[in-house]
Amino acid sequence: MNNNHQQDNLRESATFDRTTMAEIRRAAETGIYDIRGFGAKRKLPHFDDLLFLGASMSRYPLEGYREACDTSVTLGTRFAQKPIVIDTPVTIAGMSFGALSANAKEALGRGASAVGTSTTTGDGGMTPEERSQSDKLVYQYLPSRYGMNPDDLRKADAIEIVLGQGAKPGGGGMLLGQKITDRVASMRTLPKGVDQRSACRHPDWTGPDDLTIKIQELREITDWQIPIYIKIGATRTYYDVKLAVKAGADVVVVDGMQGGTAATQEVFIEHVGIPTLAAIPQAVQALQDMGMHRKVQLIVSGGIRNGADVAKCMALGADAVAIGTAALVALGCNDPKYDEEFKQIGSAAGFYDDYHEGKDPAGISTQDPQLAQRLNPVDGGRKLANYIRVLTLEAQTLARACGKSNLNNLEPEDMVALTVESAAMAKVPLVGTNWIPGQAF
Amino acid sequence: MQSINLAEHSVRQLNQLLHDQCNHFDQSQWQVSATSGQHNIACGLNQNLEVNIHGHVGYFCAGMNQLAHVTVHGNAGQGVAENMMSGTVHVKGDASSAAGATAHGGLLIVDGNTGARCGISMKGCDIVVKGNVGHMSCFMAQAGTLVVCGDAGEALGDSLYETVIYVKGKVQSLGADCVEKPLTKKHLTQLKQLLKSAGAEEDPSQFKRYGSARQLYNFKVDNAY
Repeated sequence: MNNNHQQDNLRESATFDRTTMAEIRRAAETGIYDIRGFGAKRKLPHFDDLLFLGASMSRYPLEGYREACDTSVTLGTRFAQKPIVIDTPVTIAGMSFGALSANAKEALGRGASAVGTSTTTGDGGMTPEERSQSDKLVYQYLPSRYGMNPDDLRKADAIEIVLGQGAKPGGGGMLLGQKITDRVASMRTLPKGVDQRSACRHPDWTGPDDLTIKIQELREITDWQIPIYIKIGATRTYYDVKLAVKAGADVVVVDGMQGGTAATQEVFIEHVGIPTLAAIPQAVQALQDMGMHRKVQLIVSGGIRNGADVAKCMALGADAVAIGTAALVALGCNDPKYDEEFKQIGSAAGFYDDYHEGKDPAGISTQDPQLAQRLNPVDGGRKLANYIRVLTLEAQTLARACGKSNLNNLEPEDMVALTVESAAMAKVPLVGTNWIPGQAF
Repeated sequence: MQSINLAEHSVRQLNQLLHDQCNHFDQSQWQVSATSGQHNIACGLNQNLEVNIHGHVGYFCAGMNQLAHVTVHGNAGQGVAENMMSGTVHVKGDASSAAGATAHGGLLIVDGNTGARCGISMKGCDIVVKGNVGHMSCFMAQAGTLVVCGDAGEALGDSLYETVIYVKGKVQSLGADCVEKPLTKKHLTQLKQLLKSAGAEEDPSQFKRYGSARQLYNFKVDNAY
C-alpha cells in the first residue's frame, strides 16, 4: 500500500471536522470563548436558493437599455416631516468609529453620498468626518448611548433606535482595549484601553410601551422633523416588527444572522438568530397584517452581496437594503494584496475576522494610525460608489427582465426556490411545482 | 413670564415654544401647569431658560437638557433628565427609575427618593438625591458623581467605570467591581460643593465614598459569571 492510497483512506469526520477540533484545542488551551468579527460563516439557506422567472410569453419584459426602471426610495413617510429620499435602495449599515478607522468611516460617507444614498453611524457617536462627507446620515441610538448628544441628534437625517443586530440578537456591543485609543475613549467617555462591553438593553426604557414614549421623546427633541427607524436582529421577526410598528417606527430595519459585527462571541454569531431569507417574509407579513406595508418602510440587511440579492429582497417585500460586510470588502477588507501580512497575524486574505484586535492590514477595522493611513478615503469612497452602482444596475437588470419599471414592483410571484427549505422560508414555490411548504395547494 | 397650561396646550406645542427660544430668545421665565403626568415635557431644551413645572410629570421630563434650569414641583416619572448635557433639573418630589440615565453634564437634584437605576450609564453629570436610591443605581456609570443622602439599594455601582458615588446612609449591597474607597480631603471638598449646590445641609464627613475596583476593565476568564 503506497502513501497516496493511505491518504485516500483517510476520512474526515463531518461532526468533528478540522475547524471543530481546532476550536476544542483552542478552548482547552485558553479557557475562554472565541471572540471574532464578521458574520455567520456556516452555510445557511440564502438568496442563492432563489431564482427569478424572467418574462417570456406570459409576462412582458422591459428593454434593458431603453426603458426606465426607477430605483429611488423614500424612507420615513409615516410621521416625519422630512423623509429621506435615496436614489438607490442600497444603504450603508451602522458601523462605529472605533470599530472602524476614521478614514473608513469617511470613505463610507463619500461612497454613499456619491450615489445618493445614506450611511449610518454606530456605537460610539457621530464623527465630524462622517457627518461632513455623508449627505444623508442616520444616527444610531444604542443602549450604550456612547457619544449621544442632542446637537448631533439634530444634525442627523434620521435616527435609528437599535434594539439588536443580526450577528448577536440579545447581545451588546464589544470593543476591546486595543482599539480604545485616546479619541475613541474620549468620544465614549471611557478610560483608555478598557475592554468595552456595551449593555444589551437600553438604560431608560423597558418593553414596547416604554419604547413608544421614547420614540415620542426623540421626535419632540427633533421637532418631528426626521424619520425614526427601529433596528432589530432577526429572531421572532413577525412579532418584533409588529411591536416596532405599534411603538411608532417610521422605518423598520431587520438584520438577519448573516449580518456582520465588529466583535462578539463566535458562539453568538453562529447560533443565535435566523437567516435573512426567513426573516423578510415574516417582517412583510407583519406589516401587511397591520395594513402598514409600504407605509412603514422595511430595510433588510444581512449577507447582501450583489444585485441579485438586492432584487430578491425587494421582491420579497423590502423597500431597501443595507450593506455592511460587503461595503467593507469594497473598501479593501480582506484584500489578497495584504495576504502576507494576514499570514503574519495568523490569518489569510478572505478569512480574516479578528476585527477586534485592531491589526487589520487593510487599515479598515483598526485604530492604528500606521495601518489606518493605508486606506485613502477618497479612493475607498470611489470604490464603494462603483460597487453600489453595480448592485443597482444588476437589480435593475433583473427587474426589467421581470417586466418591472420600478424595483419596488418586484414581487414574490417573480421567483421560485431551488430547495424545499428556501421555499418554506421565502414562501415562494419550489421550482417546477406550485408547492410552498407549509401552505395548502 | 410665559405661562402654559397643558390642559389647553399639547406637550408638542409647549416644547416647540421652548425650542423656538433657541432662535428667538425673548422669554427666559416659563411656568407650566396642569401637567397630569404627561410624558416628554420640556425635553430637548437648548437655551438658558428657567422652566417651573407645577404638577407631576411622566417619562423623560427635561430629557437631553442643555443650558436650561428646569424645576418639577411634583414627582417625576422614568428617565427624568436622561442624557442631560448641561443646566440643572430639580425634582421637588420623588423620581422614578433611571433618573439622570446616561447624562453627560449638568446637575440633577432630587429632593425625595429615586427608583431603580438612578444614574445608570451616567457620563459626567452630577446627581444629588436627598432621599434614597433604588437598586442597581449607577450601573455601568462612566463618569460624574452621585450623592445619596439617604440609603442605597442592592448592587450599587455594578460594573462601574469612573463615576464617584457618595452615600450617607446604608448600602444594601455593592455591585460587581464596586468597592468602598477612602474619603480624602479632595473628595470632601467636592462633596461639600455638590451638597451646597443642591441646597442640602448634610455633613460631608458622614458620607462614604464608593468607586470602581477596576478589575472588570479588561477581559479575563476570571470575570466570567
